[in-house]
Amino acid sequence: MPSLPDMTTPNLTALAGQALADSGHVAVPAPDAGQPEFVEFLQRMGDNCLILGHRVSEWCGHAPALEEDIALANQALDLIGQCQLWLGLAADIEGKGRDADALAYLRDAGAFRNLLLVELPNGDFGVTLMRQFLFDAFHIEMLRALKASSDPRVAEIAAKAEKEVAYHLERSADLVIRLGDGTDESRARMQAALTKLWSYTGEMFLDDAVDQAMSDARIAPLPSSLQAAWEKTVAAVLDEATLAAPTGAWQHKGGKKGIHTEHLGYILAEMQFLQRAYPGAKW
Amino acid sequence: MYAQLVKSEGSKSRDEMTPEEIAFQDRIDRNEKIEPKEWMPEGYRKTLIRQIGQHAHSEIVGQLPEGNWITRAPTLERKAILLAKVQDEAGHGLYLYCAAETLGVSRDELLEKLHSGNMKYSSIFNYPTLTWADMGAVGWLVDGAAIMNQVPLQRTSYGPYSRAMIRICKEESFHQRQGYDIMMKMCAGTPEQKAMAQDALNRFWYPALMMFGPSDKDSVHSAQSMAWKIKMNTNDELRQKFVDQTVPQAEYLGLTVPDPDLKWNEDKGGYDFSEPDWSEFFAVIAGNGPCNAERLGARVKAWEDGAWFREGLMAHAAKAEDRARAARHAAE
Repeated sequence: MPSLPDMTTPNLTALAGQALADSGHVAVPAPDAGQPEFVEFLQRMGDNCLILGHRVSEWCGHAPALEEDIALANQALDLIGQCQLWLGLAADIEGKGRDADALAYLRDAGAFRNLLLVELPNGDFGVTLMRQFLFDAFHIEMLRALKASSDPRVAEIAAKAEKEVAYHLERSADLVIRLGDGTDESRARMQAALTKLWSYTGEMFLDDAVDQAMSDARIAPLPSSLQAAWEKTVAAVLDEATLAAPTGAWQHKGGKKGIHTEHLGYILAEMQFLQRAYPGAKW
Repeated sequence: MYAQLVKSEGSKSRDEMTPEEIAFQDRIDRNEKIEPKEWMPEGYRKTLIRQIGQHAHSEIVGQLPEGNWITRAPTLERKAILLAKVQDEAGHGLYLYCAAETLGVSRDELLEKLHSGNMKYSSIFNYPTLTWADMGAVGWLVDGAAIMNQVPLQRTSYGPYSRAMIRICKEESFHQRQGYDIMMKMCAGTPEQKAMAQDALNRFWYPALMMFGPSDKDSVHSAQSMAWKIKMNTNDELRQKFVDQTVPQAEYLGLTVPDPDLKWNEDKGGYDFSEPDWSEFFAVIAGNGPCNAERLGARVKAWEDGAWFREGLMAHAAKAEDRARAARHAAE
């Protein structure tokens, strides 16, 4: 039987968060069961890592220099590792006997919660780098805020991931600057990448009811609260790269709610092939 | 073995050697390491460049058959392991190109020779990886065969090559165990998984045996390379050792080695086994393996598509240098 509509049900997570805030005690996570917003939030974190990790791993062996092959494989590895932690925690809190692999391999596209930005095709190496930079600059702010999460498990994962992502950002920002302020061709490619991807950045900072519940429980920040810091980082890097962000561009959204681009279905068809073709097999 | 048919230069008797060459050979015979800036015969240098270059190319082309399954790895853990493995291979390529650079050849020069078909990479990477079991078979058999050759090469006479091999061997033996672990899981799995494992062994057995290169009687360049301790064992010795080590591992998995003539020979203390089809080997080396065009094509495409990226970085470095120079002038 479906639960009652939210409007008649006080938000327990919010109330719990408020009570904790008022009490002045060190925050203790509420019992895990029945926290759909928490599970939803963790899937958003994990799915961003999984899908971006998948895209980055597509470069393996095809990058423009050997150092890039190594760096991209490393970055994909970091992201897959982070995905295992986030989805593992999501599965634990969900309490339905699933694990990170079940979430990664046995959900259909509509149940994925990643941003549209990370599922976009790799394009040329400029698009890949620009996508990485725009996401890294958001990812680092999110992780820094999550280190102060009221849930120690979240704070721990964030602390580990932050170290890795700080390096991702250092690398992607550095390359955006070098290629923006490189040759005419490299500049044109980086500008084209920026223009193409800019319309997918707004979704990172949209708050919804899940984000509000997470913020109320002091588990996670409101995404909108990260925007100013992201803009500052991005503006400084683009300025040095001699690139200009489009103004007033239309912003796409939907990934966080499971409405994706056509690209995600193909990613999953590839990623989930073995699990779907041989149900129940152990690998 | 990632170097096959490496043409060796020289081969002189002691009477024909110059005093420098005699002193050099004596150092090698005393197991001294030769270091980059020391005198060495031109033939030694050229042979090493060919061998190390071929090995380096094999590592980077070798990313492709395994990279083929990263996006389809069946679990997150398997995906992470495979990514780490392919990354290791790129890292091995990097050490080896650096080792070659100490002999006076740049990475770009070596890559140009690979892309133009003037240098080869191991024949094994021209075979396709068709199922997930191939990730197991490649780790178990291909890395297994590579280690068989590379462990002795840790003692090779050229210092930078020897030190690169020491690092590489540590990682390769880990890769082999990971590959075997995939095979164990598949063999203990469903009938379909076990069939996939057997099929992978069937397809990779003979190509793995070919990795050691042609039979000693047909291997014309071995003697000089062995005198220089660039090559430590003959092709047939290594192949025999590989078969002797691998057959019991296949039995443990419950798999059948695809060789009806495979038989333990008590007298020699090793297995008798069928030779691979050497006409296939030479066809693959000549460019006619199932994936030659695809593998080399992928590397050439990556290089060409990446030209703007490399040029952009160079241009930025030049600009940054100009700015720093201008700033120094202004300060003076």
